[in-house]
Amino acid sequence: MRKIFLLALIVVLAITACAPRSGDSSAAGGAAAYIENKGSDTIVNLALAWAETYQGEYPDVRIAVTGGGSGTGIAALVNGTVDIANASRQIKKEEIAEAEAKGIQPVEHIIARDAIAVIVNPTNPVSQLTLQQISDIYSGKIVNWREVGGEDRPIVRLSRETNSGTHVYFLETVLRLGDKTNKTFFSANTLLLPSSEGIINEVRDNPNAIGYDGLGYVPKDLKMIAIAKAAGEAYVLPSVATVNDKTYAVARDLYMYTAGEPTGAIKIYLDWILSPEAQQIVEKLGFVPVQ
Amino acid sequence: MQSKLSWQEFIITRAIKASGYSAIVFVALIFYFLLREGLPTLGEVPLGDLFAARWYPIESYFGILPLLSGSLLVTVGATLVAVPFGLGTAIFIAEIAPRWAREILKPLVELLGGLPSVVLGFLGILALAPNLRVFLNLPTGLTALTGSLLLGGIAVPTVVSVAEDALDSVPRAYREGAWALGATRWQTIWRVTLPAARSGVLTGIMLGVGRAIGETMTVMMVTGNAPVLATGLGAFFSPVRTMTATIAAEMGEVANGSVHYHTLFFIGMVLFLISLAVNVTASAMVFRSQKRAERVLS
Repeated sequence: MRKIFLLALIVVLAITACAPRSGDSSAAGGAAAYIENKGSDTIVNLALAWAETYQGEYPDVRIAVTGGGSGTGIAALVNGTVDIANASRQIKKEEIAEAEAKGIQPVEHIIARDAIAVIVNPTNPVSQLTLQQISDIYSGKIVNWREVGGEDRPIVRLSRETNSGTHVYFLETVLRLGDKTNKTFFSANTLLLPSSEGIINEVRDNPNAIGYDGLGYVPKDLKMIAIAKAAGEAYVLPSVATVNDKTYAVARDLYMYTAGEPTGAIKIYLDWILSPEAQQIVEKLGFVPVQ
Repeated sequence: MQSKLSWQEFIITRAIKASGYSAIVFVALIFYFLLREGLPTLGEVPLGDLFAARWYPIESYFGILPLLSGSLLVTVGATLVAVPFGLGTAIFIAEIAPRWAREILKPLVELLGGLPSVVLGFLGILALAPNLRVFLNLPTGLTALTGSLLLGGIAVPTVVSVAEDALDSVPRAYREGAWALGATRWQTIWRVTLPAARSGVLTGIMLGVGRAIGETMTVMMVTGNAPVLATGLGAFFSPVRTMTATIAAEMGEVANGSVHYHTLFFIGMVLFLISLAVNVTASAMVFRSQKRAERVLS
């Protein structure tokens, strides 16, 4: 589904790029700068939205955005085929070593944050859980809301499909608590729904359900769970503030990497990305702005 | 003039022949393609792992049993819904309804058959699933049963349409003969008309089953897609994941040529073989009953 959306955006971009612009005569001769931007599929919609808006304001800059995954983007940066690599994870040590071997110093820019909210039906009395409890719920060790202080109801677990980046992130950060050697799985009877909308619908309707979704996509009539990193620590509700001060546990930074300190058009573009105007787009697409 | 006609005739005959054979060629090509993309799985995944109970492709668990059981469960359920409803409707339209009612009902049923399955899926999510959950006191309404009911609804128009045509083409003399012998209306339908139209009715049911097993969008939306191996009748009231929904949900983002990609094609192959088996059984049954009918008549 995301691919279709992506394709649509690319088509829209291509059309807007082809459209003749009035008042463009001073920049006759075409684009003055060309920026190649590639990487994470999580970020690709955001990067496309940025590119589209930016090109509308600065017609002499052309930005090409493609997905493919964080690893693909960083590999392309190391090979010198792109100017900016998008990544939903931090660059690995091996990748830095590889880049340095080619004389490239990757520079990190945090451009947005992505938080996952755990949601339940508003009639559910449970309002806070520890990460360990959520992990046990999703792995099938906890099967009744009673066990975490709720009513005597079976727990219905909802998740995104396995091909969703959010699914993988939730598996690694919550189910496996960030531990690479941990081999916990989603319980087999976890419902895998093809869209965020499906999860939100079922949580809204079903008092037994627990689900998760990007913070920006959670509608106001659903209840978000306050999460503690461990038993005894403070329970924190997800919000722009708690994501930015790192007290909310299920959040990650989203990055752009450049080869060396950015200069020229790339620097202007990256500065613009951190501007309030561009960060507003971040919020609109369901991510958390960095300020 | 004469030569021109025969020249046109030549072209037209060949064109008709070609379009007839093209169906066979297309099926063969599709099967070849499925084999080419799906068979490598057998070399990449050990048979024991392929027919195991865990489906979690991102960590290389490729057990297709839960998907098989999910598809079979939903299809059997859909058949149980579609056959009585479809046959009942077909009999009503062909035998009982007055002329004006038939003229309204037949197009209405055919309209139902043209309803996009996404629309039915939405109906299932918003109306059927919540009510089923409350009514049967289930943990969730997204279950095999919900899928079965909707798929049954999708298959009904196919069954009705074909079965009604078959019933309609039973000669009027058969019914008049039965009435003359003093048979009631019900006895006529059950013992004369329905057996006489048997092959057409069976074809309708098989087409309906075929429609149900291949349906994707609706089941993906309402069955919950949890890859649990069905072990008993209780599985009807819990979420299942079907083969079609798995292919639809995962094919979009799978890396071309990976083990996962090949396994999805392998599932497509299994699905194709099941459809083939259903169709072959149907034709065999129709063929056999025809032969018996010929024997009786001669």
